[in-house]
Amino acid sequence: MFRLSQHPTIDTASKLVAVSIAMFAFVFVVMVPLYNVLCDALGINGKTSDEAYIAISTEVDVSRAITVQFVTSNNNEMPWGFKPSVPMMTVNPGAANDTVFLAANGTNEAMVAQAIPSISPSRAAEYFHKTECFCFNQQPLDANSSTQMPLQFIVDQALPRDIKTITLSYTLFDVTGMVADKKVAAR
Amino acid sequence: MNFKTVAKACVVSLLVSGPTWALAQNQINMAKGVTEVGAQIYGLHMLIFWICAVIGVAVFAVMFYSIIYHRKSRGVTPAQFHDSTQVEIIWTIIPFLILIGMAVPATSTLLEVYNTDDAEIDILITGYQWKWKYEYLDEQGDNVVFFSNLATSQEEIYNTDAKGANYLLSVDEPMVIPVDTKVRFLVTANDVIHSWWVPELAVKRDAIPGFINEAWTKVPTEGVYRGQCTELCGAYHGFMPIEVHAVSREEYDAWLAAKRSEKVAQTAAAQQALGFEELMASGEAVYRAQCSACHGAQGEGGVGNAIAGSAIALGEVAKHLEVGIKGVAGTAMQAFGGQLSDVDMAAVITYQRNAFGNNTGDIVQPADVVNHKQG
Amino acid sequence: MGAHHGPAKGMSRWLLTTNHKDIGTMYLWFSFAMFILGGAFAMVIRAELFQPGMQLVEPGFFNQMTTLHGLVMVFGAIMPSFVGLANWMIPMMIGAPDMALPRMNNWSFWILPPSFLMLASTLFMEGGAPAFGWTFYAPLSTTYAPPSVTFFIFAIHILGVSSIMGSINIIATVMNMRAPGMSYMKMPLFVWTWLITAFLLVAVMPVLAGAVTMMLMDIHFGTSFFSAAGGGDPVLFQHVFWFFGHPEVYIIILPAFGVVSQIIPAFSRKPLFGYASMVYATASIALLSFIVWAHHMYTVGMPVAGELFFMYATMLIAVPTGVKVFNWITTMWRGALSFETPMLFCLGFLVLFTLGGFTGLMLSIAPADFQYHDTYFVVAHFHYVMVAGAVFSMTAAVYYWIPKWTGRMYSESMGRIHFWVSFIGFNIAFFPQHFVGLAGMPRRIPDYSLQFADFNMMSSIGAFIYGASQLLFLYNVIVTIVAGEKVGEDKIWDGAEGLEWTVPCPAPYHTFEVPPKIDAVSAHA
Repeated sequence: MFRLSQHPTIDTASKLVAVSIAMFAFVFVVMVPLYNVLCDALGINGKTSDEAYIAISTEVDVSRAITVQFVTSNNNEMPWGFKPSVPMMTVNPGAANDTVFLAANGTNEAMVAQAIPSISPSRAAEYFHKTECFCFNQQPLDANSSTQMPLQFIVDQALPRDIKTITLSYTLFDVTGMVADKKVAAR
Repeated sequence: MNFKTVAKACVVSLLVSGPTWALAQNQINMAKGVTEVGAQIYGLHMLIFWICAVIGVAVFAVMFYSIIYHRKSRGVTPAQFHDSTQVEIIWTIIPFLILIGMAVPATSTLLEVYNTDDAEIDILITGYQWKWKYEYLDEQGDNVVFFSNLATSQEEIYNTDAKGANYLLSVDEPMVIPVDTKVRFLVTANDVIHSWWVPELAVKRDAIPGFINEAWTKVPTEGVYRGQCTELCGAYHGFMPIEVHAVSREEYDAWLAAKRSEKVAQTAAAQQALGFEELMASGEAVYRAQCSACHGAQGEGGVGNAIAGSAIALGEVAKHLEVGIKGVAGTAMQAFGGQLSDVDMAAVITYQRNAFGNNTGDIVQPADVVNHKQG
Repeated sequence: MGAHHGPAKGMSRWLLTTNHKDIGTMYLWFSFAMFILGGAFAMVIRAELFQPGMQLVEPGFFNQMTTLHGLVMVFGAIMPSFVGLANWMIPMMIGAPDMALPRMNNWSFWILPPSFLMLASTLFMEGGAPAFGWTFYAPLSTTYAPPSVTFFIFAIHILGVSSIMGSINIIATVMNMRAPGMSYMKMPLFVWTWLITAFLLVAVMPVLAGAVTMMLMDIHFGTSFFSAAGGGDPVLFQHVFWFFGHPEVYIIILPAFGVVSQIIPAFSRKPLFGYASMVYATASIALLSFIVWAHHMYTVGMPVAGELFFMYATMLIAVPTGVKVFNWITTMWRGALSFETPMLFCLGFLVLFTLGGFTGLMLSIAPADFQYHDTYFVVAHFHYVMVAGAVFSMTAAVYYWIPKWTGRMYSESMGRIHFWVSFIGFNIAFFPQHFVGLAGMPRRIPDYSLQFADFNMMSSIGAFIYGASQLLFLYNVIVTIVAGEKVGEDKIWDGAEGLEWTVPCPAPYHTFEVPPKIDAVSAHA
């Protein structure tokens, strides 16, 4: 067997130190990335991919209609106005859909916001593809101004038949002065 | 009388008198639940309880038999056996089979809990430190939104007034839902993690900031169902109850319509100037519900700074509005701008500037609040 | 220190010692001091909950008390007490002269007191002590935490390092220092359970360190591991925490199993039933503990497949745990039982731990857990397994081995009084908590609605009785040390087995400098 030292005690102890350092590293290099991968894949917390989806099929399933409901929240002290332009849409799986969300910064300071999407039921998350979303990037907005933020999405044809309503929730966070790129921050 | 007799007497009297005294007046078991899912969970709970009770009686019977009959003081010679593969296999396999028997009903109940399809009403529940916000989602986007605060007074909590029947369990504005209707709850949080729990509906879901969870209920009987936040969310975690009123469909529709017109009336009221007495009266109500927990019933302070004689309440109105609307970052003082109507904000600022000996004489109107918000 | 010298004199004996018995003694006294401190916090909690309404403390301070009570009891009292016991007993049980790494042993003890001093000092800091529960869920423990959280994080880091060093020492000792002939399957079960526990500690304490390091980075260095705003996730914290936290509860209970497996055969005058299956059961509990963590998080909104997986895995733990209970009872069956204080505490353990096991099984059922989760039912459950499990067995261990440590016998009648007062007090304190929990009382609340009042008052009274019984324990121990009757023979208990009973009482400063000959038949009990 591989030995780290001639002295058996030192050998055992060194191996155990290596194990504990490896376990510490395991948290950062395995658990966190693995959790994020699993979240994306399984829709844990209704998380969706934060990369734009490249549509692969354009066939539209007109046999069923899915209700997509939009919900917005502001986190903690986020003072912006934030709401969907339409409260819900009825869409066919496979079709590309467009909508916009309205944001207004009524304060006297320029601010930066980050919208975090979450889908319910969470098992629908892997079938909800965003080809374009304001949530992929931070959204700066000047003092006393407003904007329309676009969302383009496709509901996958493979969406389980028993899901008839999908709720897409956005929570708006104030990230003024935070690390610029969220991917750098978490991954 | 030796010590052993005394100890035995204590145990026996405790076992006999304790439970009978307690059983008479206190609930000792899980709520049966008014919903179908609640009844299923209760059934599951009782099933497992009885399985455990039977196993427990059997195991303890063997143990106490040993304790009584196999004592050294009876002059027994100890046996020396210490192994039996057969016996050990048996008591590995039997519990395993019992577990399978438990897992089957547990799985079907769990799948039922997760089935949120075909809901007629969607309510977005948002946990705040330390209150709940309910938003009834509307197909046309005309959502009804309100906060639900603890209605128990500080005097009751601090033992100067007698405690009411629903001490710590009643709110100023309850959630109202119609009976026999599948209602879906979308649960999220504004700041830290909370958890929305109503035992009789058997609904408990964590409210996580940034993410959305869902749960559902279908209540067959009219009534008032109460619950509490069940995830530690800061100092006043114990003071954010839930009250759900299940009413008839007609009553529900009427209530929703009233809420809508209330919203219109509030917008209109924000345009008007109100009298000092009126502002002070509604300001006091808002203060008691929203501010008194931290700032004290008499403005004497607590978790928050004192209002009585404070530099902010006696200083510039604009600064006072700023703190009320935007909160103070890094402290427990929240931004109330999004939580209170402009009328309520104007009233409570007026009240704080003229109560507790703060006789500034300032009157803050709803229009001032609107102007301040717009910068 | 030369082989035939006795202990050094004065403070330097304790500061610089590398003797496993001295270090074991210090661990035991330190953990008892922490037990009293954590108990004092519990008394504040129960005093506040004596009646409905806010009585003595403010809600924020109440949360500081629940947080510190949990942290001090888990990391300050229970864990170090078993490390102390391991230090004292493992070398003597396997016929080793000392621990494998004596100098590291000294360090792993001496970094503990500063760590807890730092933790306790947060009580006097601006913003108060940590008030986010011993499970410190983000973002309450990050974005919304008091400034003292940084000291809390460093305290956790230090005690984590201490635990890891202690475990490495135990593993190295067991693997390399056994007397010739002492094969693994001849080791006393206490050594086995500690060996497995030590592996668990080496595997999961770094995970806890990782969790608090991520918190530190989120708070001070602008990362967003646990904040949704930057692409992180507060639920990730719970996964990382419980990946540590679930093995942690077995870290606490496995050495207790070991103690009970030593004491029950001794007072049954009959060998332990199913030694090999005990070892395998312990190992399988340890392995299962890595795949059940999310049963602490059934209500976070996991996918249903995940809920089912964690539910089934958790239910499985009942099998090896059941095997252990059956083995202990079968050990007693047709023995020649006597009921001295250590045996009484073990029987108390057996009854109450089994009850805690049943409630654990109930909690494993995910749909039912929706009603139990974060209520007093959970509080009752884990106090049955932590206090009646770990603390009772630790108390049994002290009474069982104190004649060996001190060369003096404790007072049997005082020991029995201690047992009955703590057994009754414990049950009055915690049994009613099952009821209020089922009836709907959430945990960690400083005030409650009126229907919970009677049981809470009962619970508080029980807690005061149980608390007072620990002062009785302290009294018993001190009286034994200064005035206990001197014992003459090496083997105090006629049914006891094991190498520790072959050395004189009190155990000399150095034992087994020449490895003992292992009797092939009766090495383990």
